[in-house]
Amino acid sequence: METALTGLVGLFYAVSIYMMLSKHIIRVLLGIAIFGNAVNMTIFTAGRVLREVPPIIAEGRTALDGVTANPLPQALILTAIVISFSFFAFLLVLAYRAYQELGTDNTDEMRIAEPEGEGLPPLGY
Amino acid sequence: MAAETSVPVDTSAAFVLGVTSLIDWAVIAPVALPILGGALLLMVRHRTRLHAAVAFAVLAATFAACLVLLWRVMGEGTQVMTMGRWLPPYGITFQADMLGAAFATTATFATTAAAVFALRDINATGRRYGFYPFLLLMIAGVNGAFLTGDIFNLYVWFEVFVISSFGLLILGSERRQIDGAVKYAVLNLIATTVFLITTGYLYGVFGTLNMADIARKADGLRESGPLMTIATLYLLAFGMKAAAFPLNFWLPASYHTPRIVTSAMFGGLLTKVGVYALLRTFTTLFPVERAVLSDVIAVVAVLTMVLGVLGALAQTDIRRTIGFVVISGIGTMLAGLAIGSPLALSGTVLYAIHSILIMTALYLLAGLMREAGGSFSLHELGGLYRSHPLLAAMMLALMLAAAGLPPLSGLWPKVMLVKAAIEGQAWWLTGAILLSSVLTTIVLGRVFALSFWRPQQALATPADTRPIDPIAGYGTVLVLLVPAVWIGLWPEPFLRIAETAAAGLADPGSYIGSVFSAQGGS
Amino acid sequence: MQTVIFRTAAPYLASLMVLFSVFVLLRGHNEPGGGFIGGLIAASAFAIYGIACGVAPVRRAMYFHPMAIAGFGLFLSAAAGLLSLAMGVPFLTGLWTKVYLPGVTIDLSSVMFFDFGVYFVVVGAITSIALALEEREED
Repeated sequence: METALTGLVGLFYAVSIYMMLSKHIIRVLLGIAIFGNAVNMTIFTAGRVLREVPPIIAEGRTALDGVTANPLPQALILTAIVISFSFFAFLLVLAYRAYQELGTDNTDEMRIAEPEGEGLPPLGY
Repeated sequence: MAAETSVPVDTSAAFVLGVTSLIDWAVIAPVALPILGGALLLMVRHRTRLHAAVAFAVLAATFAACLVLLWRVMGEGTQVMTMGRWLPPYGITFQADMLGAAFATTATFATTAAAVFALRDINATGRRYGFYPFLLLMIAGVNGAFLTGDIFNLYVWFEVFVISSFGLLILGSERRQIDGAVKYAVLNLIATTVFLITTGYLYGVFGTLNMADIARKADGLRESGPLMTIATLYLLAFGMKAAAFPLNFWLPASYHTPRIVTSAMFGGLLTKVGVYALLRTFTTLFPVERAVLSDVIAVVAVLTMVLGVLGALAQTDIRRTIGFVVISGIGTMLAGLAIGSPLALSGTVLYAIHSILIMTALYLLAGLMREAGGSFSLHELGGLYRSHPLLAAMMLALMLAAAGLPPLSGLWPKVMLVKAAIEGQAWWLTGAILLSSVLTTIVLGRVFALSFWRPQQALATPADTRPIDPIAGYGTVLVLLVPAVWIGLWPEPFLRIAETAAAGLADPGSYIGSVFSAQGGS
Repeated sequence: MQTVIFRTAAPYLASLMVLFSVFVLLRGHNEPGGGFIGGLIAASAFAIYGIACGVAPVRRAMYFHPMAIAGFGLFLSAAAGLLSLAMGVPFLTGLWTKVYLPGVTIDLSSVMFFDFGVYFVVVGAITSIALALEEREED
């Protein structure tokens, strides 16, 4: 199971990095969305895929019986999902504003903050 | 509820059963107080008159908590608090050693100074937009990163301050801010995601996220686990956060776009969190891997130092100049990490403390120069020496400090780093540190010569100038200069802090012991 | 999105979803559910209402600004953690108590208030982002 998931994770990374290499912000954002999912899958796989038994201690007992699912990766993934989701939402708004204000979604043409041909500072006075 | 139905369970193996006294809360207070304050300000976001007052009260309380923490750490060693009573490694541990406590104290101090500067720099619109809440949440994230003892929690605090920094970065929504924010946001997101990937791998290998536990288990797993891969990925992730060459291009693209007080906090604090994370992972967790990677780190350090300051030479806008000087300073700190001896590490720690103060002060001073001279451009500034002599004195002091010349704070860490580099037979690292100091002197000396000594320029728009406020203007930079002069003239207390911090880094035994002795003790 | 059917149904749908979100929030105490997922359901309710009737009615209906709601949630969560200050246990320790009302016994815990805080943070933050995006589409 881990092997299949590993292959899937690799595919996710390949797709997301290819998308993020684009000049266009919207593709970069889609790449980032896939990147976040790839990470979640990585954590999930790294936490080992165990039995689909919830790790809940039965009533009247003090320890788990047998093998159960590992709850920690799921907690980590939930945290990561929340963060990447809010990040992605922010980036969407930001990219939309950038498209409105700067009139382009091509990162090569976003040169307001770093104007081209700025020239050298004064070399003497 | 379980206690009703079953026999009472002996929980001493799972819980901290000792009583947590009030003073133990100093470990968590530098994080909890700003979060509470930030949340409160978000709730009353329209009452902008309240914002500054509440923010100052919270920052003062946070700084006091940091001082208490520092005092406790100096007296009793590493302080530990585990969330929710669960014994480590199960609960998330907050763990303040000398390194974290010193950095948190310095960061809170610099932020407080910046918050005073913001009284004038941020108008009512900016406050309504949420400048002070974001500021408090950012310092909560920064302090949390410095104080946490759990590597996934470190990731969470990274995200807390990154998200708050977005809010600060686009305050005002100018076109250039949005342009800068797009690059800052995307590249920082990728950096933290790489951090998360690596933490996933780390969890897969170690089965634990507590940093002391990882350090304890690293020796046993070195043969079987891919620790080298994990360490290299951390170098990539934190190097990107710290703006180390060749991953530094987001910094000069964005740090000059926001309000100057925001730039000051970013330049002072955020890159240092990356440096802190590098120090923590490469000395406490992976010392063997650090030794293997030391050549790589050294090359990165030299390139960051020299190319950073060369970039500064080519800039017209003084904010961008300072941005490149920040990058160059990161290279100097990485040099200490590359050498790795206790002397080098204490040099790095002291340099980081110095850098938090001086880089914040430099940006704030740039803001004052803008108020006095009406521009950030070296083409337009001029004649400030005649009109603002105090400003000139402060600029000179900051130039000396940033370049590492006596009698200010930059001298001693650079002396320590140079000495450590000579002892470590790394001559080219020595050369690079000295070369970057010379070039920094030239860069800031030229800013001084052009904007202060040169006669006033006809290009300048005098209508854009305004008088400098004595407290929110001069006062903030002077306050930041006080510890800088102190480090320069009487460095012993700071040296002792830096040496204790470096000793704790070089020998993680005490860091591990402070967490796991609690199990047997209380 | 301005069809009559949708505009008529949206308020009922939204109020039903908010009710459901509270159910999910409370259910999360011992079963799947909880503050985050409940908050997302409530936020999507406001988003649907916004798509159907415009952003201004949503802001009026919410009364408080979404960011203020998020701030309240953050404050509630942090304060729930700080309750343990009074009990002499570390930050964020779960504290339990029972309230006896005529006929019923209610278990109260700091964990629950933390979860309420999460709910408000998610409602506030996600709604403010959703409304910001919807506002852009109008102009």
